[in-house]
Amino acid sequence: MKTVDARGLSCPEPVIMAKKALASKDSKYEVLVDNVTAKENVTRFASHQGYQVAVTEQGDDYLLTLTK
Amino acid sequence: MKNEKTLITAAGLVIGLIAALLVFFGNPANMGFCIACFLRDTSGALGLHSAPPVQYIRPEIIGLVLGSCIIALVKKEFAPRGGSAPVTRFILGFFVMIGCLMFLGCPFRMILRLAGGDLNALAGIAGFVLGILAGVFFLNRGYTLKRSYKMQKLEGAVYPVIQIVFLVLLVAAPAFIHFTEAGVGPGAKHAAIAISLAAGVIVGILAQRTRLCMVGGIRDLVLFRESKLLFGFIAILVSALAANLILSAVTDGTYFTLGFTGQAVAHTDALWNALGMLLAGFGCVLLGGCPLRQLILAGEGNTDSVMAVFGLMIGAAFCHNFGLAASGEGPTANGKIAVIIGIVVVTVIAVINSRQKEA
Repeated sequence: MKTVDARGLSCPEPVIMAKKALASKDSKYEVLVDNVTAKENVTRFASHQGYQVAVTEQGDDYLLTLTK
Repeated sequence: MKNEKTLITAAGLVIGLIAALLVFFGNPANMGFCIACFLRDTSGALGLHSAPPVQYIRPEIIGLVLGSCIIALVKKEFAPRGGSAPVTRFILGFFVMIGCLMFLGCPFRMILRLAGGDLNALAGIAGFVLGILAGVFFLNRGYTLKRSYKMQKLEGAVYPVIQIVFLVLLVAAPAFIHFTEAGVGPGAKHAAIAISLAAGVIVGILAQRTRLCMVGGIRDLVLFRESKLLFGFIAILVSALAANLILSAVTDGTYFTLGFTGQAVAHTDALWNALGMLLAGFGCVLLGGCPLRQLILAGEGNTDSVMAVFGLMIGAAFCHNFGLAASGEGPTANGKIAVIIGIVVVTVIAVINSRQKEA
């Protein structure tokens, strides 16, 4: 499973990283972000691509699990 | 996700209305909000430049930052961070301002100018789109200013506290703060402090909640076919336009003048309007958001955005100290040179920070 570490990055960079990762068309990814805007934007993008997104809070970070 | 679009559209409609009303209450024409103009006026009030027509501590800026800060605290989104290429962000902010003051407005005022019938804004929009496309080109090639890091609460609080100091200086009006005298220029035109401040706070809250950004709309549409932010942009245009037409009909004032000539705080040089906004759009994409968004992020504790705002303010001071800012008569020769230098510098920043390094 691919993991994208986008912590510390501001939008649109986390979404671009997710978009590039999703090009491999796997069924499961993990994306780490550390701000609410990035969480919202990656979630929105992944949903549009047909992924289900589960969010887990890890301290100050958010772990997004994308599954198809 | 439909909900998000409804929210940002509603927020945009409210913001457009507030912008139109600010002109009714005394702001310069088509300048209910202009982050570039207002930071420039504040720079002047602090004596960073000494152009008598544009000196006033604009309460809208104070309100935007404090509104964002308060709602971020309430929503537990106040997260001090920084350390993502602060000096580069300062330089980007500096040149974004030079682009804005060539056009005579930030992207926000560009929409408001169009809503007031100023067709020169169309040239601005054309340049703006090209600038955003240039930024997107580099984003797709891995452009990044690298990550930011968590900072102490106090570090994130510094800029909001500075706004409170500015508010005190505005109300107390000591002799060392410069205020444009009546009739000398747009700096003298402003709504009452309480109205401007309240408007800023409301718009700050709405912009923080919706992540409203003037460059984000076109950028995300091109990058991800994502239209959320564009809804906000269009809603502001529609609402301000409607409000201007209604105000023109029911009051003695003129809030809508369709055409190119005779527009308030604007010039008709299409090429330089376009190049100014090209520089602004390009620089803003590299910063991750328009000047409004930088203020909102600064309110949330983002010190990298504070550096961008400082860049904007110092850029404004340079504009007026060295005759770079355009005026109603048109661009200046120095201003044209500065915009060209700006486009070159911003391009160099984009290229250097786009070297692909797979982590």
